[in-house]
Amino acid sequence: MTSEGLELKNQIQQLTRQAEKLSTPDIRDHIVEQLYKKSNNLMKEGVTFTNAKMDERTEKLDAILTSRIWGFPIMLIMLGAIFYLTIAGANIPSSMLANFFGWMEGYITIAFSYFQAPDWLHGVLVLGLYRGTTWVISVMLPPMAIFFPVFALLENYGYLPRVAFNMDRLFKSVGAHGKQSLTMAMGFGCNAAAVISSRIIESPRERMLSILTNNFVPCNGRWGTLIVLASLFMATGFTGGMQTLVTTLVVVGLVMFGIFVTFIVSWTLSKTALRGVPTHYTLELPPYRKPKLFDTVIRASLTKSISVLNRAVKVAAPAAILTWIIANIQIGDTSILMHIVSFLNPLGQAIGLDGFILMAFLIGLPANEIVLPVLLMGYLSTGALVDVDSIQDLKQIFLTNGWTWLTALNMMLFSLLHYPCGTTLVNIYKETKSLKWTFWSFVIPTGIAFFVTWLVTEFVHYMRLLS
Amino acid sequence: MNDNLRIALAGNPNTGKSTLFNLLTGLKQHTGNWAGKTVDLMAGTFTFKGISYEMIDLPGTYSLFSNSKDEEVARDYIVFEKPDITLVVLDATALERNLNLALQVMEITEKVVICINLIDESEKMGISINEKILMKRLGVPVIKISARNKIGIPMLLDTIDRLIKGNIPCNPYKMTYDEETEMKIEQLIPFVQNITGEQLSARWLSLRLIDGDKSLLKEIEQRLAKKDAI
Repeated sequence: MTSEGLELKNQIQQLTRQAEKLSTPDIRDHIVEQLYKKSNNLMKEGVTFTNAKMDERTEKLDAILTSRIWGFPIMLIMLGAIFYLTIAGANIPSSMLANFFGWMEGYITIAFSYFQAPDWLHGVLVLGLYRGTTWVISVMLPPMAIFFPVFALLENYGYLPRVAFNMDRLFKSVGAHGKQSLTMAMGFGCNAAAVISSRIIESPRERMLSILTNNFVPCNGRWGTLIVLASLFMATGFTGGMQTLVTTLVVVGLVMFGIFVTFIVSWTLSKTALRGVPTHYTLELPPYRKPKLFDTVIRASLTKSISVLNRAVKVAAPAAILTWIIANIQIGDTSILMHIVSFLNPLGQAIGLDGFILMAFLIGLPANEIVLPVLLMGYLSTGALVDVDSIQDLKQIFLTNGWTWLTALNMMLFSLLHYPCGTTLVNIYKETKSLKWTFWSFVIPTGIAFFVTWLVTEFVHYMRLLS
Repeated sequence: MNDNLRIALAGNPNTGKSTLFNLLTGLKQHTGNWAGKTVDLMAGTFTFKGISYEMIDLPGTYSLFSNSKDEEVARDYIVFEKPDITLVVLDATALERNLNLALQVMEITEKVVICINLIDESEKMGISINEKILMKRLGVPVIKISARNKIGIPMLLDTIDRLIKGNIPCNPYKMTYDEETEMKIEQLIPFVQNITGEQLSARWLSLRLIDGDKSLLKEIEQRLAKKDAI
């Protein structure tokens, strides 16, 4: 190194030391405060507001929607209302779709026998592919067609940034970024998309937090599982509207638990592997605008419906075929599927589940949508899906396989907490460019899923809550 | 391309910055790559009164604290590439928040033009902006425009022209901070001047350093080591 270079290095080191000595964490607050003061003065001098009616309305609404007292209750009620609408509204179209597909299947089977197609072909294509795919469509499509337009309406109205505003303090207190609530909201739709949307978070540290914890928000692929199980096992003894209400409360409770876990994990990480203080940021609170009702509803439901159909065909179909095949190929005296199941069973039992359920989650890695259908295929000795004519039939299948409310609860918890789906993992790798963090984004949720379900099981057994 | 005068376009997201950029440069756009950064910025050219300009569309940012990659790119361009003029686009309907960025830009560089966009929309909302007062307080030209409806564009171009030719003064207002911060800045300035001389605003750099911005110093070290002018 030249003497000149050395001198430069010395000078820079000296400067760095000096700067570090003078630097305090609150200096940014001072700077920002002064900037805002100056801007405010400039505004007072150079800008006058006359008939600012629009702003007044926004201000009045903000006073309520982002108030310290009402902000959170209103948010919860909104969330609950959306879920209630979704669950109540999806019921009938779901069973109509299922009936329709069942009716179609009859004709398809007739066609197969007319052409004297071999049994295995009928098995793979109809009992595997067709039933698996149509199940996903009839369970997933109606809730999505309701949830997304309603959500999009709230978003276009300008409510979502207020949610971020409300949540900001909470996120800051666990060392995360307020905008994480926006990526979480995105996660209700699809975790894979939410991981990409975390780009709105500037600091890499907080971005990583939001990526690692996004999975704790149930995505549309897990909704079906949560809703079906909640209404089958948690809302027993209620009928009609009450049943929907209880189901909603259970689902809202699960979502809240997911958010709670998000906070815990964010806090732990920001005290350990991702240490640091949350950065400042400016959050834009746009004025409330009347959304273009028709546009929003049509676009949201159409695009979502198409993407759900797409996934059903691309991911659910191969998984359904795979399940049918491993359920029907025998090694020794049992099928491959049963080998896997009996291998996984001890682990499953320890966390209040069973081998079938773990197998379903494994095969469901590419897409969470497929978990419940694969599970049902597994339970039925024929290896094919049942007709989902009535939701009570489903319950009977579960009960004959030894399910209790604890099994259902644990399956819901596991679904909520376990590893992200394949697409999400791929996106996490693409966004972080780090195998290490992709690995952790798999391990952390999975570890938590096992731990929580194990804990719940132990607790319930210890307290003898299972009569 | 080096003969052109360079205008950097800065502003918050959603202020119509790109609308203005497209309006002025039309189809004469290309992506440019600066100073070994892997970030591509859109650039375009236009001619006014016989002078050709190259306009660079910086990423939309709320501040220049280098919280994010975008902010760092925008800041580094203004600091190290030293555009001949930095045009700060502000949203007339959210002026207060937008002014923060203008104040920060004015700390870094001397030739600044502020243009307040979406002026038609803000007038509809009953916001009236006295640009003459703002001009006086800020010490730089302030022009009201609407890029979407092509209002105020001739005035903007004329101002740029006159600024380049030295016909109008430009003395950007420099922020002063609270006593404690000012004291710290004063203490650091000699150290900074030792290294960078008069090439950068020592005051601004000192401020960034006491705010704990380490990436900036690294960048400067690299540039100095390569004997680049900074």
